Amino acid sequence: MGLEAQINQPFIATRLDEVINWGRKYSMWPMPFGTACCAIEFMGVVSSRFDVSRFGAELVRFSPRQADLLLVMGTVTQKMAPVLKQIYDQMPNPKWVVSMGACASSGGFYDNYSVVQGIDEIIPVDVYVAGCPPRPENVIGAVVKIMEKIDREKAADWK
Amino acid sequence: MNESQIAEKVQARFGAKVLRAYAFRGQAAVTVAPADLRDVLVFLRDDAELQFEMLMDVGGVDYLAHPDAESMDWRFEVAYQMYSLSKNHRFRVKVAVREDALDVPSVWDLWGIANWMEREVFDLFGVRFTGHPNLRRIMCHDDFVGHALRKDYPINKRQKLSQPAENILCAKPEHA
Repeated sequence: MGLEAQINQPFIATRLDEVINWGRKYSMWPMPFGTACCAIEFMGVVSSRFDVSRFGAELVRFSPRQADLLLVMGTVTQKMAPVLKQIYDQMPNPKWVVSMGACASSGGFYDNYSVVQGIDEIIPVDVYVAGCPPRPENVIGAVVKIMEKIDREKAADWK
Repeated sequence: MNESQIAEKVQARFGAKVLRAYAFRGQAAVTVAPADLRDVLVFLRDDAELQFEMLMDVGGVDYLAHPDAESMDWRFEVAYQMYSLSKNHRFRVKVAVREDALDVPSVWDLWGIANWMEREVFDLFGVRFTGHPNLRRIMCHDDFVGHALRKDYPINKRQKLSQPAENILCAKPEHA
């Protein structure tokens, strides 16, 4: 009958968004922005015990230009804020942001003169992770949330 | 020597220049005026029995609305925590700083570490250290107005830094 007989090779029919999103969500490249104890917990996330490589996000990049998943882990001060903004701006599209822990999400208990009250004052955030610090399972949960979000995106949304 | 003996020795040497001497839980301290500070610290460092080679810390205190403030005619104190490596004893010297005369002589030439510690006290309390080679803010960013650890600074008043990241990441010359 139709196409299979004409093309003498195995193939599948799908939508372009499905293929692109499938590639993106199983190959995220995290950029760790670690400023406090949450970054120590992140070491557990990427190490063998919790092993975020099961979800394809294990290869940590220390240049924002090679990353598409920004993990902000820890307290961000007003003095540090322009640095975080610049790192976000340096990441190429598509990109996603996880705010890990109480400090990054809301300032934590640092309601004082020097601490940004949540990084969403500076950059857009996709997933907030509660905890002080969060368990590694929670961080992996955030990665899975990002994967679910990627599934709902259209490739054309990213310029 | 224990700390009360050190305090007695300092009082015997400087007499009325010691504005206040007290001990709390075995820790003795003397308070002096800014004009006498360097003499006292040099004495502590160079005396054969004392030999305070090490300046452990310099910190500020704001006594605004503090219960003890009634007996003081100054608002701020700068506390110098001293330690002797060779004698294994400790001592604390405080300098009384009036709000209308915020100048304290710098001791960075006696202990190099005082350079950054004095910058911290300047940044957070506004005490000016005369003779300091580089009295700039060290904790708060350059756009910050006021002094954050003063008791009359609003506790959660935040100030945004408007400069781009290059200005923070690219170091300026230390003695500009």
